[in-house]
Amino acid sequence: MAVLKAEALGISFGGLKAVDDFHIEIEKRELYGLIGPNGAGKTTIFNLLTGVYRPESGRILLDGENIAGKSCVEINQRGIARTFQNIRLFHQLSVLDNVKAGFYHHFPYSLLDAVLHTPRYFRQEKEMDKRAEELLSVFELSEVSDCRAGNLPYGKQRKLEIARALATGPKLLLLDEPAAGMNPNETEELMGTIRLVRDRFDMTILLIEHDMKLVSGICDRLTVLNFGQVLKQGETAEVLHDPEVVKAYLGE
Amino acid sequence: MNGNGRRKKIFQSDMASYAMILAAYLAAELFLRSGAAGSLFKGLLVPLCIYSIMALSLNLVVGISGELSLGHAGFMCIGAFSSASFSMLMKGQGLPNGLCLFLAIVIGALSAAVFGFLIGIPVLRLKGDYLAIVTLAFGEIIKNLINALYFGVDERGAHFSLKDGAALKLAGGGRIIIKGAQGITGTPKLSNFTVGIILLLLSLFLVLRLMNSRTGRAIAAVRDNRIAAESIGLDAARLKLLAFTISAAIAGAAGVLYAHNLSSLQALPKNFGYNQSIMILVFVVLGGIGNMRGSVIAAVLLTLLPELLRSLNDYRMLIYAVVLILMMLFTSSPSFLSFRRELLLRLRGRGKDGREVS
Repeated sequence: MAVLKAEALGISFGGLKAVDDFHIEIEKRELYGLIGPNGAGKTTIFNLLTGVYRPESGRILLDGENIAGKSCVEINQRGIARTFQNIRLFHQLSVLDNVKAGFYHHFPYSLLDAVLHTPRYFRQEKEMDKRAEELLSVFELSEVSDCRAGNLPYGKQRKLEIARALATGPKLLLLDEPAAGMNPNETEELMGTIRLVRDRFDMTILLIEHDMKLVSGICDRLTVLNFGQVLKQGETAEVLHDPEVVKAYLGE
Repeated sequence: MNGNGRRKKIFQSDMASYAMILAAYLAAELFLRSGAAGSLFKGLLVPLCIYSIMALSLNLVVGISGELSLGHAGFMCIGAFSSASFSMLMKGQGLPNGLCLFLAIVIGALSAAVFGFLIGIPVLRLKGDYLAIVTLAFGEIIKNLINALYFGVDERGAHFSLKDGAALKLAGGGRIIIKGAQGITGTPKLSNFTVGIILLLLSLFLVLRLMNSRTGRAIAAVRDNRIAAESIGLDAARLKLLAFTISAAIAGAAGVLYAHNLSSLQALPKNFGYNQSIMILVFVVLGGIGNMRGSVIAAVLLTLLPELLRSLNDYRMLIYAVVLILMMLFTSSPSFLSFRRELLLRLRGRGKDGREVS
């Protein structure tokens, strides 16, 4: 069964149909790309999938369970985590605490445990530290774990955002333009990181990206979006050579 | 640094805060015992505790949850009147003083928390500065409401009126407890400096432990970025409501201390008005937003200062203003902050570890 299956998804803002009859099916461990010109509705789809917007029509099935219309918080708990186009970290918290904030629901000691510093508090905090440090070491952020997140260089902020999303233990990870603002070297490194996330965490990943090198380099399949509608869907190489896609997005 | 090292550092910093308060307490007690203390000084001790607790309470809202409350004196007012009514009712019932005060503190904190909770439910679901606007109004409404409130008891139970004492229609033997603008007279004087310090230490303990828990982290995460916090499954409105309710409860407890420090309690602009709320905000901002120890220091210094400078008459407010500016620089100017950090590191004889978490 597909991890994510969306059917006939649609939303309009005022008179504008931002997303119309969108459908997608993503298999487990797949690296799936969502591309299209600016304003095609890519981020709107992310916002529909994560509950920021309530879809006006259609269904979103996560492991067969309909999550359309649920809140961000609920959808995250069901298993979708995301990053943002413009990085959104908890900039005053330390790098480690950013990740630990993602563990909130996995370590449910009570406020009373925290105030009285019960053994439960120490046990869970220690376990949380251990898991956060493991996660940070995967992203080569161990050295900066005590820094304020807002003081990190751009590339590391991107990585931290992914690490934080993974801390919530998702089934599906959505990356919104992970390579935006990166130079070719950083993009190269990011491709490695994304592959690593897939392999190491058995993760299913849907990403929005404009960098064709990254898209053709790591995506198994693609969906091309144009004016809120699906223009083309299929294997990466096949889609990128499609004349319609070339005309609408890539340029002849 | 590993997790245990981090926890140790936080533990040491917390202990330093408690030690600072205890040292101040002992110094003040010694001064009192020496007999050199004037009545002015004696009269200031409990208010110092009250303002420190209020500053802590407000810093929880402003510093940790990132919301602005301009009516925190309103919660203090609720705590004061609810608890004073309780101890008036208990007067002559043979309840030991300690137990009476303890129950009064519980009642004051709970009533303030209920109001904080009720205000927070609608307001904290909104994004933006609505809390500031609503709490500003709330502070004024509560003060004016209590000025018009008459409350009495007789053998048939409790009676309320917003008109006058006669409208309560108390049976013979009934007592009026809140007399409108005259407030409550004859409150038992149960609070003293020691109780104030204990309550301050308890509030500080509660706030610091909260800050270093998963809940505190989540509240700060919502402050830093609400959208991102929701995307990792943190319920922003609920967490803000929790912080606000706890803060209101602490402010209520400060109100209990206030009510039981004087023999008559009235809701005046001076004690529960807008200026009082702003004064507490000044303590928080100058002590450093999110810095609990700083809040206590600022509250103490800025309460003591005008009294110490009383002999200077006209120059008093001038010096006060200069001190405000200096404190602002001390807690917020980047160059001064880095100077202070370097100085601390040199004093401790350690290298930089780059940690600077507020």
